[in-house]
Amino acid sequence: MGFVIEMLGITKDFPGIRANDDVTLQVEERSIHALLGENGAGKSTLMSILFGLYLPDSGSIRIRGKEVHITDPNAATALGIGMVHQHFKLVHNFTVTENIILGQEPAKGPLIDIRKAEMKVENISRLYGLAVDPRAKIEDISVGMQQRVEILKMLYRDAEILIFDEPTAVLTPQEIRELIQIMRRLTAEGKTIILITHKLKEIKEVADVCTVLRRGKCIGTVNVADTSEERMAEMMVGREVNFHVEKGPAKPGEVLLRIENLNVKNQKGVLGVKNFSLEVRAGEVLGLCGIDGNGQTELVHAITGLDRVESGRILLRDRDITNLSIKERSDLGLGHIPEDRHRHGLILDFNLDENLIVHNYYKKPYAHFGFMDKKAIRRNAERLIREFDVRSGEGPATPTRSMSGGNQQKAIVAREVDLSSDVFVIAQPTRGLDVGAIEYIHKRIIAERDKGKAILLVSLELDEIMDVSDRIAVIHGGEIVGIVEAQGADENELGLMMSGSLRKTAKRKETAATGGRQ
Amino acid sequence: MTKRSEKIVLPLISVFLGFFIGSIIIIATGRSPAVMFTAMIRGISGLDIKGELPFNPRYIGEFVVQSMPIILTGLSFAFAARTGLFSIGAEGQLMAGSLAATAVALLVHAPKFIHLPLVLLAGIVAGALWGAIPGLLKAKYNVSEVVVTIMLNYVALHLNNYTILNIFGSVDRVKTAEFSETALLHSPFLESITRNSRLNWGFIPVIIALVIYSLVINKTTFGYSLRAVGFNKEAARYAGMKVNRNTVLSLTIAGAFAGLAGAIITTGTFNFGRAMSAAEGYGFDGIAVALVGGNEAIGILFSGMLFGMLKAAQPLMQSQGIPREITGIIQASIVLFVAMQFGIKMVIDKLKGHKAKPESVGEGAAT
Repeated sequence: MGFVIEMLGITKDFPGIRANDDVTLQVEERSIHALLGENGAGKSTLMSILFGLYLPDSGSIRIRGKEVHITDPNAATALGIGMVHQHFKLVHNFTVTENIILGQEPAKGPLIDIRKAEMKVENISRLYGLAVDPRAKIEDISVGMQQRVEILKMLYRDAEILIFDEPTAVLTPQEIRELIQIMRRLTAEGKTIILITHKLKEIKEVADVCTVLRRGKCIGTVNVADTSEERMAEMMVGREVNFHVEKGPAKPGEVLLRIENLNVKNQKGVLGVKNFSLEVRAGEVLGLCGIDGNGQTELVHAITGLDRVESGRILLRDRDITNLSIKERSDLGLGHIPEDRHRHGLILDFNLDENLIVHNYYKKPYAHFGFMDKKAIRRNAERLIREFDVRSGEGPATPTRSMSGGNQQKAIVAREVDLSSDVFVIAQPTRGLDVGAIEYIHKRIIAERDKGKAILLVSLELDEIMDVSDRIAVIHGGEIVGIVEAQGADENELGLMMSGSLRKTAKRKETAATGGRQ
Repeated sequence: MTKRSEKIVLPLISVFLGFFIGSIIIIATGRSPAVMFTAMIRGISGLDIKGELPFNPRYIGEFVVQSMPIILTGLSFAFAARTGLFSIGAEGQLMAGSLAATAVALLVHAPKFIHLPLVLLAGIVAGALWGAIPGLLKAKYNVSEVVVTIMLNYVALHLNNYTILNIFGSVDRVKTAEFSETALLHSPFLESITRNSRLNWGFIPVIIALVIYSLVINKTTFGYSLRAVGFNKEAARYAGMKVNRNTVLSLTIAGAFAGLAGAIITTGTFNFGRAMSAAEGYGFDGIAVALVGGNEAIGILFSGMLFGMLKAAQPLMQSQGIPREITGIIQASIVLFVAMQFGIKMVIDKLKGHKAKPESVGEGAAT
């Protein structure tokens, strides 16, 4: 088996940053090759070069031993390279088949031969065990299924080399297991896979070989079977990594956030959060876990004021904030690290320093008599960059859009922590982040807890919930299924609760009110 | 290219290409583009390269007069655009401003230092109110500001005509009585130094408007929140900004700029209120001005002067046998090329890419 892809001595510069510095990547045919690195390490740049989105400043690419110039994605497609992007590129009101054939519609005279396409999609789907319904509409299928549609899209175009960009970031544990099966099946059928990720567990489970990048440089290529997770993490971060969050016991104080019988409608107009009650005390982290789409987003939006409440009450320090504006809540001491950092957390077209004052832009020292004080704004950014180790090419003047996901998130964390609110609602704080950034953000959350803040941590990552929380609440179908102490919590039991098949008896009182739900 | 130099270079290339296309068309009609360029040079500088009267400042005056209203309508469009709104309403707001200015000019009797500011203020307020309507509808009911502003243009036109024809006792069915001297921006001094052009004091409020625009957008907290809403409405809402209030205010202020343009035309260029058979196109010129000017005050100033120059050069070119429509073609091509900026940038990057200068490859996201 020879190398199917060889990227030799690739260098790529962006203003203020060398994204790839003499990187060499050699991928064997029919293997799963992981590309590991922190955010900003240059993984995506390298793959964008392979996919023809960027041209390298120097270095060469060989496919099956032949030197090629990949000038655009069409050239990459012609070479049999397909990319499954982290953010799917699908038309939501089209069917699976319509999405797959988009741009390559098989024609029967002037008409699209949808029947033929559906057959082909079905055949491919069966061959690789994807189980996708070719006639389903994208908006009706789960995120996991949508990802399979993206995979099908590549296979339909006869891709031999598949690049997966952080494929598990949006999936549930169940879906991740299925994806791993699919990837194995793909290599068994002769495909080659490059897996961009920073999740060591997955690499250990699925990859054959792993190339590690750090700050644009190639650190090394290792055989996954002979290398421990700790060793790979060390290569990635450049120092030893602590996988476990170190924290002392919580010292819970008075109840700062109280939610009483809350009902919230979701976007479809039905109740996404049902008769939900919860208390979060000062000095504790309450983790809320559940499978994606079980009311977490609606709950967070209701607490923080982004969405209206149907009925019920939200109390902050015994003050009813149910119908207050976002601003009023924030002024009363409610902090919010939003789930979607691009939609809510940041204004990507602003520079970093402008993003760090979105709550306080009209207050002193950032403004005097309605005029912005650019110097004070920059000083604030410099301070937060230093304090929170936000890495940005051009300091306070960095366009936020050009920053890596991890540093964007650090910027949000810096801004919100700096507000020093009493109650923190933190949603998916580490989604898509690398080990180093995760470790850092977890530490910060614990530090805030120890300052006596009440923290509601909402996450889809069960590991994160179990590591950081003091108490764990499980949500299913918009209801609390149970609340357990984090210490001694059982992963299997939590999994069962998340899927709704187990209810914790201690919380019968709450669940009884909406009993007979299923 | 850095982002800043891009913002200057790309529009310049577009302008160059626009003139290039215009020249080709003139050649195709069997004439010399040199005639057009002489006319344009004359339009800006008053210098006639071959005429018997070498310098005629009248042309400078006319060129400035043509630029004033479209700079203001350009500011109007740009202000809304900075908040993520697409306002096509400058035309109607301008007419509302013009009508209000007419009313105050005719009905109020006061010394000049009161009357004239009052006339201008009336134009500003009327334009602002006309702009507030789509703003309120957008904020309250999420009605598209595009549709409402377009429709209100017609309402404004006919309201203006109805009022002029029926209420202000028109002289010959299309214009009102002449305004008293106290309501006018006219300046015998400016006219005398520009050989009786229509140049008037209107350029002063235009300059003030440019300064205010730049200050508000770039320096104030209000401008910051407007830009935040314009870039990412949801993030602005998350941060507790009043998105709906900003929408209303943005369209209101956009209307104020256009309304001022109306007042300046009515009491500067003319000295009577007019009924019009159709809109005069200042609003749409303003969109072009804002696009070419990149929604920045300084850019709008220059692109407004460019388009003003094209307008002013029209009669000169026509007298030399070049159809005036050529300027329209040039203007349209420039806007087209500005809209194609991304493509132009790609071509430049490609040309430069082969010279392999690492820092010129354009900006991009690292991982």
